[in-house]
Amino acid sequence: MNSSILFFVLLGLTLFSYWFGLQRSLKVAGGAWHKKELTSLPQQFGLLTAMVCGLPALITLLIFNSGEHIVVEQLLTSTLPVNIQSLSNVDLVLYLNNIRSIASSETPANILQVLSQSSDLKNSSEYKAAFTLQELNQQAAWLKTALVLIIACVSVAVLVRKFSLTYPARQKSERIIRALLVASSAVAILTTVGIVISVLFESIQFFKSVSPLEFMFGTQWSPQTAMRVDQVAGSGAFGAIPLFAGTMLITFIAMLLAVPVGLMIAIYLSQYASAKLRAFAKPMLEVLAGIPTVVYGFFAALTVAPVIRNMGESIGLSVASESALAAGLVMGTMIIPFVSSLSEDAISAVPNALKEASYGMGATKSETVLKVLLPAALPGIVGAILLAVSRAIGETMIVVMAAGMAANLTANPLDSVTTVTVQIVTLLTGDQEFDSPKTLAAFALGLMLFITTLGLNVLALKVVRKYREQYD
Amino acid sequence: MNAIKIPKPGHVNEATQTDLSQTDLSKIELSQTVGNIYADNAKMSIRNADIYYGDKQAIDNISLDLAKNQVTALIGPSGCGKSTFLRSLNRMNDTIDICKITGQFTLDGEDIYAKNLDPVLLRARVGMVFQKPNPFPKSIYENVAYGARIHGLTNNKAELDEIVETSLQKAGLFNEVKDRLNDPGTGLSGGQQQRLCIARTIAVSPEVILMDEPASALDPIATAIIEELIDELKEKYTIAIVTHSMQQAARVSQHTAYFHMGKLVEMGKTEDIFTRPSHKLTENYITGRFG
Repeated sequence: MNSSILFFVLLGLTLFSYWFGLQRSLKVAGGAWHKKELTSLPQQFGLLTAMVCGLPALITLLIFNSGEHIVVEQLLTSTLPVNIQSLSNVDLVLYLNNIRSIASSETPANILQVLSQSSDLKNSSEYKAAFTLQELNQQAAWLKTALVLIIACVSVAVLVRKFSLTYPARQKSERIIRALLVASSAVAILTTVGIVISVLFESIQFFKSVSPLEFMFGTQWSPQTAMRVDQVAGSGAFGAIPLFAGTMLITFIAMLLAVPVGLMIAIYLSQYASAKLRAFAKPMLEVLAGIPTVVYGFFAALTVAPVIRNMGESIGLSVASESALAAGLVMGTMIIPFVSSLSEDAISAVPNALKEASYGMGATKSETVLKVLLPAALPGIVGAILLAVSRAIGETMIVVMAAGMAANLTANPLDSVTTVTVQIVTLLTGDQEFDSPKTLAAFALGLMLFITTLGLNVLALKVVRKYREQYD
Repeated sequence: MNAIKIPKPGHVNEATQTDLSQTDLSKIELSQTVGNIYADNAKMSIRNADIYYGDKQAIDNISLDLAKNQVTALIGPSGCGKSTFLRSLNRMNDTIDICKITGQFTLDGEDIYAKNLDPVLLRARVGMVFQKPNPFPKSIYENVAYGARIHGLTNNKAELDEIVETSLQKAGLFNEVKDRLNDPGTGLSGGQQQRLCIARTIAVSPEVILMDEPASALDPIATAIIEELIDELKEKYTIAIVTHSMQQAARVSQHTAYFHMGKLVEMGKTEDIFTRPSHKLTENYITGRFG
């Protein structure tokens, strides 16, 4: 039986054991009329039985599946002729791959036929090995099926034997459910930890060849290194300053657009717009946030950048065809909904009493907004802006398409700049070897970026929390 | 909004048929309300006010006068419309989209719902103190200076300081806070906060002050201080106060209006209302039989 069929059989068995456990508990109680004598409900007995049947067997199945091919390969290697076993590691892997492809593409009957006809020694040894592999695989499958089913049945049998009137089925099933919940949240946390650790280790590899000081404070970025000794290539300078400067420049331009516009939208929607308009405009704004960034990217590269270039040239400025300005403006447009939506929440959360107090003294709407609502909502607005900034820093597609690749250290928004995310993409796309400083630099950049956005997020959360305390 | 109300067929309202713009408002007879709705020296006059929230009528054909430099108490059971009525006196209900107001509202004979009248200027003349103390999350000084600043009442810092100090003094708060004017207003006690809100309102030099249950969130001592303050304030201002406490109405007001289900049942001198009410509903309410 292959794994997926086995899984469904196990599922059926689990469902059956729910019914079985339920019936057994009723039998222990002496029939459905006496079920009140049980300390747990019959359903809880059923649930416990089902979980005891399914979980250990499922875990066994998972472990078996992940370890199976390693063991099978070991066994196969040990049956190979000595001259092949003594091959170098790389050649052995190639040889095993060959065998595996034969084993998976040919039926056993075919292989036997080939073996009986062929006189080519090399060919026949491969086919022989493939036949062995198929046999081993089949044995493993049988073993797996038997093991899983036996574990399922035995654990149910052992459990059911213990059933009595006072058996704590409720507490036990609750405990198992809690363990399942803990395991689920552990998956999310462990993933994060795993990402951080993998990035960290690659970064350490990188810092072995490039000093952290050079990386953090160098002003030259040209990651091209020679692959062979005789190759003419870039010098391999890894100063990240131009990248972070480019990121900051584009983020700054984006915020310059997004913060005022987003705030004004928030004020308009929360204070001036009629309920009808708000019901229409808010979802429309959220659509803006739902556009894939790659679409923004080609909008920036194909529409905005040429317009800026033409406008710049008409007043005698030289504008690079990929400018920080174009990327920044489009990115700003993209994050407007973040600023406006969160700021609107913050402004709406200001108690109505404050607004009425201001109106009651003869303040106009704009005076009330400017002098009462905005100061009171400021922490929430700052939180919104910080979240938008960390979004802008991590944004990739728009800048890849619109900002360019040249690592210029410049403050001129009409120049082409590059950002951290763009460099990570260019360093890692295409065929790359994973031991050169060039590729490892991507991980170091990723780490720096992660630390930056993490810091901003923590800051934003702190501000938001402080804000919450104010009105509760 | 400012159209003169044409009486509905069901109402027995003989006097409203004539053109109101040329009629002496005090001559209008009302069949619904018992007692005396007129004041000899009226600061504000309201005639035939109807207020709707959507389809629901909150105020039904109310007319009354607010006597100048006196305190008028608006009493009645919860949901009788007294707060709604109070808020219509400085057009605070304008901020509620579904609220519709008809009738004639005048301040010194001037229609406050006239099209060319700016509600912002009206609210500077008719200030408001709310049920729950609602100081701005700013310093005590800034709370009081807020109104003066937005109306440009002062030319320099010294004048502003002067306004802040006199307003706090009039509100009886100055001695308690003079050493900590830069502390946040929200850090004061409930009673102090409410007096701060009163100081904030007086700082704009209004003519009328509307108070919506100003002491209902306060303890008895803070309430007594506020009541004393109201008594002093009437020397300079015309005051309308909504209250749930009949003792409070009896202590601080000269005129009392009893509201019931959106109608004005009875109005008169406070001592008359509390000693010999003319209407059965009023009597039931002030003797504590309901409400």
